[in-house]
Amino acid sequence: MRLELGNILIKDVQFGANQGVSGGILTVDPAKLREMILEDDRIAGAVVELAKPGESARITPVKDVIEPRVKVECGEMFPGMVGKVATVGEGRTHVLKGVAVVTAGKIVGFQEGIIDMTGPGAEYTPFSKLLNVCLVLEPAEGLKPHEYEAAARMAGLKAAAYIGEFARSVTPDSIEVYETKPLLQQVQQYPNLPKVGYVYMLQTQGLLHDTYVYGVDAKKIVPTILYPTEVMDGAILSGNCVSACDKNTTYHHQNNPIINELYNQHGKELNFVGVIITNENVFLMDKERSSDWSAKLTEYLGLDAVIISQEGFGNPDTDLIMNCKKIERKGVKTVIVTDEYAGRDGMSQSLADADPLADATVTGGNANEVILLPPMQRVIGMLDYTDKIAGGFDGSLRPDGSIEAEIQVITGATNELGFMKISAVEL
Amino acid sequence: MSKLRVVHYINQFYGGIGGEEHAGHKPECREGIVGPGMAINGAFGDNAEIVGTVICGDSYFNENVEEATKAVLEMVAKLKPDVFIAGPAFNAGRYGMACGAVSKAVAADIGIPVATAMYEENPGVDSFRRDVYILKTGDSAAAMRTAAPALAAFALKLAKGEKLAPEADGYFPRGVRKNVFVEETGAKRAVDMLIKKMKAQPFTTEYAMPQFDNVAPNAPVADITKATVALVTSGGIVPKTNPDRIESSSASKYGTYSIAGVSDLTEASHETAHGGYDPVYANADADRVLPVDVMRELEKEGKIGKLYETFHTTVGNGTSVASSKGFAAEYAQKLVSAGVDAVILTST
Repeated sequence: MRLELGNILIKDVQFGANQGVSGGILTVDPAKLREMILEDDRIAGAVVELAKPGESARITPVKDVIEPRVKVECGEMFPGMVGKVATVGEGRTHVLKGVAVVTAGKIVGFQEGIIDMTGPGAEYTPFSKLLNVCLVLEPAEGLKPHEYEAAARMAGLKAAAYIGEFARSVTPDSIEVYETKPLLQQVQQYPNLPKVGYVYMLQTQGLLHDTYVYGVDAKKIVPTILYPTEVMDGAILSGNCVSACDKNTTYHHQNNPIINELYNQHGKELNFVGVIITNENVFLMDKERSSDWSAKLTEYLGLDAVIISQEGFGNPDTDLIMNCKKIERKGVKTVIVTDEYAGRDGMSQSLADADPLADATVTGGNANEVILLPPMQRVIGMLDYTDKIAGGFDGSLRPDGSIEAEIQVITGATNELGFMKISAVEL
Repeated sequence: MSKLRVVHYINQFYGGIGGEEHAGHKPECREGIVGPGMAINGAFGDNAEIVGTVICGDSYFNENVEEATKAVLEMVAKLKPDVFIAGPAFNAGRYGMACGAVSKAVAADIGIPVATAMYEENPGVDSFRRDVYILKTGDSAAAMRTAAPALAAFALKLAKGEKLAPEADGYFPRGVRKNVFVEETGAKRAVDMLIKKMKAQPFTTEYAMPQFDNVAPNAPVADITKATVALVTSGGIVPKTNPDRIESSSASKYGTYSIAGVSDLTEASHETAHGGYDPVYANADADRVLPVDVMRELEKEGKIGKLYETFHTTVGNGTSVASSKGFAAEYAQKLVSAGVDAVILTST
């Protein structure tokens, strides 16, 4: 599969009736966007706001972040969700680089995050560097949290596809090409390089902890194989409301940095042959089956080494360690990417499970470390839930609007796809 | 600027009292510098001064830890120090244990910077490296020439509140995890690490896996029909409105609530504070997480002796192992002293 990503670099975003992209400026009509979102009768109200890097603005409670894109040739946009079911990862996709759609709303109340566009909190989220089109979504009366999640998820994806459409006939500023061939050919292309795969763990811990693969709830899959370019092209979408710091938003999936870095070494130090996706179900039987299968697939593909990434923490630590030790026992070398819950003082053990075979670990940092977020002039969304969100505590929200909380509250802070330049050391 | 006041702890051997035959020597305090304090004090220059030395026999200390620690603490406090140092203990095991214990006590009680120094195989390292800064030294007094100035320099850095790192400053890592911003993304670091691992080149993991402790199960309850059974949960079930404000994640406390006369938890009476799962079903019927209804039925049918009248609860979501251990250590004692025979521990 060969994918061309045509990047259109966006310098600014503005509201206006004349929608489109011109000279690096994206113009969006908030009334049209609202109208489209409100077609779904599960959503009673939608406020559209812009948040730009450096502005004194706080977006919360953040549900998802999505990069606006359009399939110019081959396939569908967000297949099985917005578009029809169709295999993606081939042909040309145009990307509005530097822009994101951010959905916000108090879906569960304590499982959404914070994005600060300036100040110390901005250092902990990649989304402070983007031009964000924010949708604050209000549910229809009586809507249950999981129905609200589904409605908000669809609103975000539809908005990203709607805005992405403006990129269709724009000439990209740069084109990146990624290619992985069918397995036997790919192995033969670089016969002298080690065959490397990527074991991609998807958050599937239960209701409101879902991830979708081509529209399928990943709880209901057995581990399977994807071309890396499928992931880059919208095959995997976030549908979860979990602690903000280490959930993978749709943007993270679209721009998975492990896939990018493996492609950077493809044909040089290694032969990147494919992605194994697996889940993080809560029943022991499911954990055993999925980790057995991920290990089996590394063997079946003849891999020499893999990177394993986690999503979430606590319960999925067991899936991470099961995957790691079963794959190592197949003679396949592993590096795991995780984050830590070492307590606010950093003195507790960081993971809920461990094994000596996990001897090569990359950490996204300690999610319990406390940060003081100064007040912002503008709040996009609402602060009612700040004391209750995971990582917050009684008194987190101070009268002046500042927030003292664990970095767990910040969307993407300790991301386990290695998105951030954050680590932790032992002092 | 006036010199910092330093108190130094040493054993009977370095105190010039004698060897093993004098290891029962009780704590004593001398004004000024004794033994290795000379070299340390010299290295302090104009910045600090050893104003007193506490000497204690290694056997006495280790056989009378509580009393000895108390006596040493009193002596140290009287000297009103700004900084406390102990050793170096090199590979002397009991000396190392004493240096670690007194340093820990001084830090906790007097609240001043403390530092000690010893060899990596000294049992004092494993026992106290998480509590106090322990500098690395050679295994015998032959290393005093380098250890003494190193301890002096380190103590000064500590007193000034300068940033410290285990490798650069030569101390044993204290198990404290601290976030840092680095040059490369986690993804790049992971791929680089994988390439090294594939080539069998040395690499450094960013988190060394801990050794887990396993708890052996107790013997079965002899007669469950006569047993008092308690319910404990990490599923966050609390009386409606969460009166003690247990956090939705990283709980800093647990709650203790009465279920005397309660045979069913309802939407009106209880809810969950837990932030790690969809709360709809637990809020609609908290018995799903804390099975009071079923326990009452078993009690009525005589299948258990009785249900204990209070339950302990916390939120397991993102709560550190150290906090969890602390909560359990406390309420386990309460349950034991209340005569509880068995506990059903529910999670989520």
